[in-house]
Formats: sequence, C-alpha cells, structure tokens
Amino acid sequence: MPDSATLEAVNIDQDEGNFSYPEDYAHDAGYGLTEKTIDYISDIKGEAEWIREFRKRALKVFNDKPMPTHWASKDLENIVFENIRYYLSKGQRPTRSWDEVPDDVKATFERLGIPEKERKFLAGVEAQFDSEAAYSNVKEELTKEGVIFVNSTEGLREHPEVFRPWFGKVIPTGDNKFSALNSAVFSGGSFIYVPPGVKVKHPLQAYFRINAENFGQFERTLIIVDEGAEVTYMEGCTAPKFETATLHSAVVELVAMKDAKIQYITVQNWSNNVFNLVTKRGLAHENAEIRWIDCNIGSRLTMKYPGVIMKGRKARGEVISIALANDGQHQDTGAKMIHAADETTSNIVAKSISVGSGRSTYRGQVHIPKHLKGCKNNTECDALLINASSRTDTYPAITVRGNQHATQHEASVSQVSEEQIFYMKQRGLSEGEAMSLSVNGFVNDLVREFPMEYSVELKRLIDMEMEGSVG
Amino acid sequence: MSQSLRIENLHASVDGHEILKGLTLEVPKGQVHAIMGPNGSGKSTLSKVIAGHEDYTVTEGSVFLDDINLLDLEIDERSRAGFFLAFQYPHEIPGVSNANFIRAARQARLPKGQEIDAVAFYREMYAKMDELGMDRKFTARSVNEGFSGGEKKRNEILQMMMLEPKYAILDETDSGLDIDALKIVAQGVNAMRSPERGFLVITHYQRLLDYIVPDVVHVLHDGRIIHTGGKELAYELEEKGYDWIINEPVAA
Repeated sequence: MPDSATLEAVNIDQDEGNFSYPEDYAHDAGYGLTEKTIDYISDIKGEAEWIREFRKRALKVFNDKPMPTHWASKDLENIVFENIRYYLSKGQRPTRSWDEVPDDVKATFERLGIPEKERKFLAGVEAQFDSEAAYSNVKEELTKEGVIFVNSTEGLREHPEVFRPWFGKVIPTGDNKFSALNSAVFSGGSFIYVPPGVKVKHPLQAYFRINAENFGQFERTLIIVDEGAEVTYMEGCTAPKFETATLHSAVVELVAMKDAKIQYITVQNWSNNVFNLVTKRGLAHENAEIRWIDCNIGSRLTMKYPGVIMKGRKARGEVISIALANDGQHQDTGAKMIHAADETTSNIVAKSISVGSGRSTYRGQVHIPKHLKGCKNNTECDALLINASSRTDTYPAITVRGNQHATQHEASVSQVSEEQIFYMKQRGLSEGEAMSLSVNGFVNDLVREFPMEYSVELKRLIDMEMEGSVG
Repeated sequence: MSQSLRIENLHASVDGHEILKGLTLEVPKGQVHAIMGPNGSGKSTLSKVIAGHEDYTVTEGSVFLDDINLLDLEIDERSRAGFFLAFQYPHEIPGVSNANFIRAARQARLPKGQEIDAVAFYREMYAKMDELGMDRKFTARSVNEGFSGGEKKRNEILQMMMLEPKYAILDETDSGLDIDALKIVAQGVNAMRSPERGFLVITHYQRLLDYIVPDVVHVLHDGRIIHTGGKELAYELEEKGYDWIINEPVAA
C-alpha cells in the first residue's frame, strides 16, 4: 500500500531525531497561545497597532467560543491547543537532507511528476522555494497593470488603504472558533488586489511565492477584484506535503466588485495527522461571479464549506468540490450559498469518495429569503463508497422562502458494483486499475474544471490512493 | 501442447446448486463452435465460469487455454492470457470514455514502463469502428452508458477487435439485435476468424449462425453437452426443437 506508506513516511515522529531545530529561538513564539504570543508575532512582523488590537480581540473570541462539537465531529476535542507552536519563522523550520527523505516519498513525487525544485521544498529539504526567476516576469507584468500580489504582512503594512476596508469583513472574527483562532495568529497567505477592468491572464499561484510562511498553519488570504476585473488563483498541490504542524486553520476572503470574476482553485493533499479547519467565503456584488473549485485529499479531519454571499443583483456563486477520504480520514466538506439580492444564481456540485474506513460528509447551506425574487439554486451531491466499511453522510439545508425562486437538489450514494469490476477485469485490468478507472470516471466531469496540470496530477493521485484500497 | 480452448469434465455451482455437471468440449484454434440449448441449460454459466466470475464455484474439471490452466488464474490474468468474453449484458462504466477504457485494457497488456502510441491507437480504433459502422462519437462517450442494445453489442465486438484474443466466447450476442445490427456484428466476427483464433458462440437461435457459420454445433442441456454435430444441426434444432435430442440417450 504505497499510499499509507507514503503518509507514514511523511508523518515522521519528530522524537526520532530526524530533524534539527536551531538553538536560536529568536523567531519562535514557543508553545501555547496567550496575549504574549500575539505581542511576539506582532513585534516580529512590525505590525500597526490596529492589527495587534485586532489579533487580541480575536484571541478573546477564540477563548470564549466553545468547540462546535454540537454539530461537528467530536474528534475536534483531540486538538491540544497548548501543545501547538503558533508562530515559527522559516529559520525554525525543521530541515532534512534529500538522502533522508524516504524512498516512498521520492517515488510519489516521481509518479506525480512534481518538478525537481518543488520536490525539495515539499519534502522539507529546502525551507524556501526559489521561484524568483519564474516569478519575476509575471511580477513585472502584474505591476504594470497595477495588480498587487503580496503576503498578508506586506499587504497590511504597505497597502492598508486597499486591504483594511475589507480585511475581516467577509468573514468576521467571530464567525467560528477557528476563524477567530486564525484572526489571532494569522501569518502568510496572499493579499491580492486587481484594479478595475484588469483581466489577469495567467492564474496567480501560491507557488510563485512559496516559502515556509506561505505554506504556514494559519494563512490569511484576501483577494479584492475591482469592477469588471478578473482573476484566477490557485493554491496547494497534489504532492503529499511534509508536515510538522498538525493544526491548519486558514481564512480566505474574496471580494468581487460589480461585474468582477474570481475563480479560486484549491488542491490539497494533507498527511493524515492534520486537522484542516478552513473558513472560505466570497462576497459577490452586482453581476459578479465567484467560483470555488476545491479538491481535498488526505488529512485526519477536514472541515471546509466555501461560501458565496450574493449581495448584488444577478450575482453568481459556484462551488465545485471533490473530496477523497481514505482510511482513518474524515472529509467534512460542503458549501454555503447566501442569496441576498434578486436574480442571484448559485450552483453546488460536490462529489465525495470514501475508501476503506474513510468517511465523507457533505454539509450544504442554501439560503434564499422571502423578499427576493428570481433566485436560483442547483445542488448536486454524489457520494461513492468503495468498501463496505466506508461511510458517507449528507446534510443539505436548503431554506427557500417565497415562491418566486427555482431550486433543484439531487443527491446520490453509489458503490462501484462488483459486476462493473468483473466486466473491467475481464478486459484485463487488475482490480486496482479497475477501481481507479471507476473512481476517476466518477469525478471526471469535475476534474475537467481544474487546470490541465492539476487534472493530470489529480488523476494520478486518485490512481495511487485506489491502489491500496483493494486486494 | 494442444492449440485449443479445452473444457474437461467441468462441474460448477452457484449457492451450492450445481449448474454445470461434467461439461466437456474442445474448440481448436481456427474453428468456430456454437453452443445451443434451451433456457436454463447452463449456457451463460459456462461463459462466466470460464471468465472467472466469483459467484460460481468450480468443484471439478479443468479449462485449458492452449497449455495454460485458466482456473489457476485471476479474472484479469485470464483476459491477458488471451481469453475474451463478449457479454450478454455489457456493464456501464459511468464517466469513463470508451477510448480510455479500451486504451487502459491495451495498456494492461504492455510490459511495465511501455506506453501506448496514442496516435496509432486512435487510428486503429477509428478503422475498426468504421468496420462496425460505429459513429466516432462513441470514443468519447462513457462505456455503454445510454447505449442501445445494438450499440452495446457492437461495442463488445469493437473491444474484442482491439484486444485480439486467442479465444473468444460470444454470449448471446444476437439477443436484442435487429437484422442489420446482427449482420454488422457477424461481419466483425467473421473478419476476425483466423487459423490463430477460436470462437465459441453461445446462442438461443439458429439465426445468428446464418451469418457466423460454425464448424461445429454443440447442444447443451442440464449442464452437459448432450449432442455434437455440424452446422446443419442448428437447422435441425430450429425445425424440430430440442426434445428429440434431450430424450435420446446421452452420447458419450
């Protein structure tokens, strides 16, 4: 089972001495979370007072809010907040030599076709991904068009007039316990502003400015696309990432002004010790469009429900999501569509695959209030169960008031039938190949929505995940 | 070493109920044999047992493909060894295009690390689809999904042509086909007849055998071959039914 072997290799026990931590604690906030931790982070970053205050308020909210275990998995209770380091600068990142990287991990990179440079970063050999050469051309072009593409620290320090008005506005600190946590200790992430009418040709990738901080535990991303402008943003990659932190809690806010379009693409493959608790939401003004294209693989528990608030007339929101839960993993994903203006349209297509003892949950919320007219929602959620021990649950909450709206909801749960596998094996495919092909078929229409290089990697990744599921 | 598909004293059961009760027959390379028989005689069981379907248990006997004992192999290994089954009810594979499926099956036959030449593959597949009168759009459509009965059967023959088995069983390929589709399917099979290949055609009706003319006709009844003859036997059965053979003492 190369998959679990890979994960095992990635989840190296730090006590075994595979890592060396530099003695210099200058950029380490230590364990646990107090006001001191926040002062420490703010000092290091040289932040304005209002940000420090924002963080401290968030810490209070975080401490006051109970765990959402009344509706979510009890597994959340296993997070020990005192044992987490909330800020590690790159100097404190553990490193290892390429020779120390387990062969399984190398083989995985090979099979996924991950470029050489990225492999070293992903395997934890290099703390920084040297992308300046690739990035400089793009950067020049972006600057010419007035596009701002920086990290959160720089964004708030250099361009407060652009980012401050929307920072924490789409997802307020108190939205949930983990958005509060992120608001207290956020670091890294991307802050992007696209001026009116500018259509950014190439997708902006987190890759371009990958560094230790960017792939941090508590990323904060804010993307503002001005009137009539367009951008596609991509984050993550299909390679298993070398993880030392077990809690990831990002906040991503999108703002699409009138007639603007934002497409946000995520592909994540977490190692199975990670709690991945992410809040993502977009605000779409008149005739604007926000699309979340999301693929979640791995992790111990992922909770993620990208949302769109359609605030202006004819705004459109879309969530396309693929989740794959393998042994011991729980993918709790879905979408939130809040219709807040007439003639707004939302579309949700979610597909999940549960393998072995994996569990997937779809949670959807669609809200259309009574006073609006001409709103439309389409929700499709399909679950595929691979083994008898796999599990899936669906919790769609569609609240539609008034009678001038059109909603559609379809849900299905299916299993790859034995007769289908028999048929495929009769043509010479091994059980694993037959299963991979079937699963790829199941998500095929959604995989096409991903950019080419991602869809190819996704297909290979699904092949690898399925290999361990049979026999 | 004999060049044939050789079934010897095959006993097989499903849920403890014996269906095949000592079936013996041999299809030498280069020949087409037909199996006819009344409903419930075990025709479809035979094809599934040879393919290796897990619902069936072989309790006795052997099946040899040339000198390979098929019963020792997994389902997919039997296929790669050169055995093909054209299904009576081909299964749908949602989301997997016909071209990708056939390509995966071809890829499975190549040594590790060797890749299919995509251009040559498509050229070959298009030519074979033309022979079968299949529209090119079937390459992109999901395997058998939304296909009519006739389209599914043509698709089985297309797969057979692309995989070039040494021995093939056609399980009631004529069922659900109109006469035009039947002719096209038969043409495809006839084009594949060669001294290097054997066919076993399972059918309920003599009609198919007008187009795929068999060398030998077997009658299957109650899990055993009870009569074997030339192609004229099919006409006799059509005319007189099965009773006259069934009531005859079993020919050894």
